Amino acid sequence: MLGRTANGVFWMARYLERAENTARLLNAGFRMALTRDVATAQEEWRSLIVSVGMTPTYEAAHGQDYSGPAVWNFLLREKANPGSVLAMIEGARTNARGVRTALTREVWEAVNESWMQLREALARPVREASLGQVLGAIRRQMTLVRGAMDGTMLRNEIHNFTRIGTFIERADNTARILDVKYYLLLPSLAWVGSSLDNVQWDSLLRSVSGERAYRWLNAGTMDPRGIAQFMILDQRFPRSLHFCIDKLRSNLFGLAHEYGHETSAHELLRALGTQFHETTIEAIFEGGLHEFLTAFIACNQQVAQAIEHDYRFIA
Amino acid sequence: MNHAPSSFDEMITADGAVRPAYAGYRAWLDAQEPAALRRKDAEAEGFFRKTGITFNVYGDNAGEERLIPFDMVPRIITAHEWRKLSKGIEQRVRALNAFLHDIYHRQEIVRAGRVPQRLIAQNAAFLPQMVGMVPPGGVYTHIVGIDLVRTGPDEFMVLEDNARTPSGVSYMLENRETMMAMFPELFTRVNVRPVQDYPRRLAKSLAACAPAGCGDRPVVAVLTPGIYNSAYFEHAFLADQMGAELVEGSDLRVVDGRIAMRTTRGYQPIDVLYRRVDDEFLDPLSFNPASVLGVPGIMDIYRAGRITIANAPGTGIADDKAIYSFMPEIVEFYTGEKPLLANVPTWRCAEPDSLAYVLEHLAELVVKEVHGSGGYGMLIGPTSSKKEIEAFAAKLRAKPDNYIAQPTLALSTVPIFAKSGLAPRHVDLRPFVLVSPQGIDITPGGLTRVALKPGSLVVNSSQGGGTKDSWVLED
Repeated sequence: MLGRTANGVFWMARYLERAENTARLLNAGFRMALTRDVATAQEEWRSLIVSVGMTPTYEAAHGQDYSGPAVWNFLLREKANPGSVLAMIEGARTNARGVRTALTREVWEAVNESWMQLREALARPVREASLGQVLGAIRRQMTLVRGAMDGTMLRNEIHNFTRIGTFIERADNTARILDVKYYLLLPSLAWVGSSLDNVQWDSLLRSVSGERAYRWLNAGTMDPRGIAQFMILDQRFPRSLHFCIDKLRSNLFGLAHEYGHETSAHELLRALGTQFHETTIEAIFEGGLHEFLTAFIACNQQVAQAIEHDYRFIA
Repeated sequence: MNHAPSSFDEMITADGAVRPAYAGYRAWLDAQEPAALRRKDAEAEGFFRKTGITFNVYGDNAGEERLIPFDMVPRIITAHEWRKLSKGIEQRVRALNAFLHDIYHRQEIVRAGRVPQRLIAQNAAFLPQMVGMVPPGGVYTHIVGIDLVRTGPDEFMVLEDNARTPSGVSYMLENRETMMAMFPELFTRVNVRPVQDYPRRLAKSLAACAPAGCGDRPVVAVLTPGIYNSAYFEHAFLADQMGAELVEGSDLRVVDGRIAMRTTRGYQPIDVLYRRVDDEFLDPLSFNPASVLGVPGIMDIYRAGRITIANAPGTGIADDKAIYSFMPEIVEFYTGEKPLLANVPTWRCAEPDSLAYVLEHLAELVVKEVHGSGGYGMLIGPTSSKKEIEAFAAKLRAKPDNYIAQPTLALSTVPIFAKSGLAPRHVDLRPFVLVSPQGIDITPGGLTRVALKPGSLVVNSSQGGGTKDSWVLED
């Protein structure tokens, strides 16, 4: 396959994943804000902007106005935000168009249809009354695309590059959300390990669609350390870092198998995989959660760059 | 302009009877609920949007994608009519290739005084880089679109030859898909010759033109200018259907004396490049140095016989509108036969007598730019205002070489499904022809373009025309 095609499916998948994750994040934030007083709600909304790493861009456009509609419209559709859901859907569709021959008809149509529907849904500022509906539509459309990929794509290198894009992006997003929210939520380090009954923790889990799974696994006890462990190390949870790394490894393994040799990306990822297998949540907290997540985000990015380079994404 | 009373309608005779070609279709149509048909009509648009069969109109909102309207009444050609047409098309395509070979070699036709030297030497479509070289397999125009118009029961004429990179074949295929999806029962009632194997035939024909020594599975790639090109959908569609890579200039480079594409495993050589990039942009080292759409050095590799470029560079000299008027002579010169398909009578404004006539009769004529395409830069006398005609006359006087003129033809009509029911509209037909050393292969039918406004003669999609599924009946 062409290097440009690999680049196209990789970024298509990343953009779709980011659009979906932004919708999840907003959904959790919206629920949260509904149950808070104005000042706390503003803090909640601000944390969303921080999680996506957009504070300077946001404040350039809105100053200190962290009201709900300003934040959700910024994240969903504002031109000033290059990472808005609308920009992501457009980016995904542009990439899909550029690599149409690598996609099945069903995948292309799912992406194209998502773009047509969401472009329409996000054509005007979203009002509070329709926010839930719009967020639902985003997740539903992304699910549709994923279903088409799962059900129709040949399990070959094209599929591998698509999946690699998905999990690079997902790992990055989960790590960022955890990094930002954890410290906002934790009044003091002394709380680590203590039992909490706090809707805010529920909101953190909700932003990665993990609230039910976590409750089920932990019989309803909210424990900050347990939540961190769940989001970082639980290999069963599809949005945990460890799960993403496993998926990255299996897809990179698929490429090595098909191409008959490994690349520098394999080495980087092997080291990261070993680290995850050997570490414990206690060790992570000992070295500092923030430090751990920052290093992880950088390492994840390195893997992405190595893949782009090793597989000749660009000339 | 109202639709001329003398226009030949392909479905209905002057006294209201249904012509034999449409008998089966009409019987089916009369049994349909009008409301149900209208629903189907609306469905068709959704189908095209969803599939992304769109084209970009230059000068429109940047990046805006539009649909070419699809009309669900098919255009039907009998087996007998098609046999005659294909013979004429085959003869013409053979002559076009012979002409190109001659023009880039001894120019016998110029020596014989049948085509003026100035039309060749001063023509921007003539590429000196092609002089003296023979493309692999001796084929110049691998894919040709011959635009035909009809003015009577037996009168088919060639309006234009498209010997560069004719487009529209994806519409031919998708229109048929759409018809079969919407009205499957129709195809069991009427025996229509299939067109769906065009991509397979294209792949086979291109492979047969590969440079010598490529083995039996040559690597074919489609070169597109990219997603912002108006025909990008078609490029992707054809590559997909052929199982070929769809490449852009930035994917290609010269590696070890071959053209190679950058794959995830390294550079892989290409044997046949079906390019949908104009000559001018093909090689910045040979042509437009600012081009980023082509491949630097590809002309050297081509001249060394290490890649097939389809269509060959420089084929534009054969479909130039000034050359067009010489096609009857060209056909006769190379085939030794009388042309089976007529040309539309054409005045060459470069000739003083013709110019004088054209200037006097502008209100009746269609005047076209010699190098124009897509219906841009033309004058349709009968539908133009006095002011428009005067303005055009000034342009014509200033640069007569730049124009040809033709009578306003009473193009045949085929009904479309309009709001009020069936209504006649003018049509043309572009059959698609594949050329390889193994022969000339014409897909039965082609793309019917239809003017959607009553009486309009402009069928170009860029100017609001639509398309129809085109049927050639089985014997």
